Amino acid sequence: VARLRLHELCGFRSGDKGDIANVALFADDAEIYATIVREVTAARVQEHFAAMVTGSVDRYEAPNVLALNFVMRGALGGGGPRSLRSDTLGKTLGGALVRLEIEVPAELAARRAPRPDVTWAVEMLERLPRVAPTSRLGRSSGRQGSA
Amino acid sequence: MPDAVRVAGGQGFYGDTPDAVAGLLEEGTDYLCLEALAELTIAILQKDRQKDETRGFTRDLPAYLSAALPAVAAGRTRVITNAGGINPTAAARAAAATARDLGISGIRIATVLGDDLTARLDDLAATSALAHLETGAPFDALPAPPLLASAYLGARPIVEALARGADVVITGRCADAALFLAPLVHEHGWAWHDFDRLAAGVLVGHLLECSGQTAGGNLSRDWWTVPRPWDLPYPMADVGPDGAAVITKPRASGGRVSFDTVRHQLLYEVHDPARYLAPDVVADFTSARFDDLGDDRVRVTGVRGAPATDTYKLLLCHHAGWAGEARVAFSWPDAAEKATATAAIFSERVARAGLEVDEWCIELWGVDALGGPTVPDTGTEPPEVVARVAWRCHDQLTAGLVGREMVPLTLSAPPAGMTGMGRGAGRPTELLGIWPTLVEKSLVDPHVTVHVEEV
Repeated sequence: VARLRLHELCGFRSGDKGDIANVALFADDAEIYATIVREVTAARVQEHFAAMVTGSVDRYEAPNVLALNFVMRGALGGGGPRSLRSDTLGKTLGGALVRLEIEVPAELAARRAPRPDVTWAVEMLERLPRVAPTSRLGRSSGRQGSA
Repeated sequence: MPDAVRVAGGQGFYGDTPDAVAGLLEEGTDYLCLEALAELTIAILQKDRQKDETRGFTRDLPAYLSAALPAVAAGRTRVITNAGGINPTAAARAAAATARDLGISGIRIATVLGDDLTARLDDLAATSALAHLETGAPFDALPAPPLLASAYLGARPIVEALARGADVVITGRCADAALFLAPLVHEHGWAWHDFDRLAAGVLVGHLLECSGQTAGGNLSRDWWTVPRPWDLPYPMADVGPDGAAVITKPRASGGRVSFDTVRHQLLYEVHDPARYLAPDVVADFTSARFDDLGDDRVRVTGVRGAPATDTYKLLLCHHAGWAGEARVAFSWPDAAEKATATAAIFSERVARAGLEVDEWCIELWGVDALGGPTVPDTGTEPPEVVARVAWRCHDQLTAGLVGREMVPLTLSAPPAGMTGMGRGAGRPTELLGIWPTLVEKSLVDPHVTVHVEEV
């Protein structure tokens, strides 16, 4: 048994309906799906988001696409056009969910999310007429992502 | 696929780009569907119409039609859109003007009316509960008078328009997926009780309605591998008479359609995927089988459906105060502490000025603004932090005066802060509350009308 962040195992997409956000988790394969079905309960997700979500969290299963869908009420500060938050539409809540650490069987312990390679983007930007650059462009390549 | 009908999603929101339309039409699209109304786009349109009676529709419609009408006139495609917003009649006039500008005549433009229940709301409230769909709060608990009420209509009036020969169908509010379901019902002759096929059409519509999101946009896992993301295509589907579909994209552009891009969209803004409530059917998205055929093609089969409910979703919105926002950036050392102190100093200046704030939102960009309690404290000091402070006030004037209390902090706060304005560039913005509810179909349907005019 090992502990891993969901980020190493799952993709995600989140969105809004009124003051309700939903976050879908997409397992990379059937073994991971079985693990998240066991580990990522609605209660765990509610606890993970703590005060950010004021209402209930419900979980739905979509085994045909190896996905779990979490519906979080009171998640958007009153809903898109009413909310004072930066992320009024809950677009970033998927990324927030995959910070959650879960227990995984030993055979999954070595799984890692693919790491971004944006060499193509760095090369494109280097061709632009720019002021003296201040950013270390592309430094995320191969880096172990920080939380 | 023999006898397949090709539907394509050419727009995902008001303000999306018409760039993808040409690619979809070049590959042969039977029906180009343009989804222009997010949840409260209608509220933006209502403000437009208050200023000018000829507005109230999404004003990028002519740009989309300029790209599509030549193919429409040539009989190669038809256009279905909810760009009518709260004024489909004005949108139809704009469509006719676009046709004239292009030298196109002899096409039929249809409008669907009857979704806007604002004027009937008092009558409806007398016989319907109109309770808040999520909280159950009764209609008389609405915090402010409703500014608008629009019902999510289904595919039937669009099918009627197509049956009457419409080349361009313009609706107001309708369920997004209905724009795509309607041409499939029309072409394949699906019965309104053939729930499995209706569900298949709704699922296809759901997969196509958010434009680039099915073709590699907003993809979580390996987003940097999507080919040529600056030339992202919008998706299309070949749908057979039995409801089996292949989701794909124009070959010439970049992007990707795969099992993964399709499943990302499958659950986007969905609650119970086994009971996706559409006006014409309750679709079970968990019953669908997805086969990645390679080459940017994903086959969808086996979708099951059940009878629709007796109600339409009805969305009310109401005024909810005024908001302002300011941002101040700080660099190392002590960036987070300086940002925190500045927010406190600002709030105290506001209080001392006698300005009443009903709600504050204090975020530290660079620390945990987006992730909140999910962000672990790693103990490392961020190299820079932006304090973003937003506030809600009862009235516009107060919200504006609050923002002015930030200005002197440029020279009178913790060191080296760089002030900048956020939302509304320093001008207060109006907030709107949403009140989702249900209304009996039998109270709405008799008022739904379809007008077809040749221009």
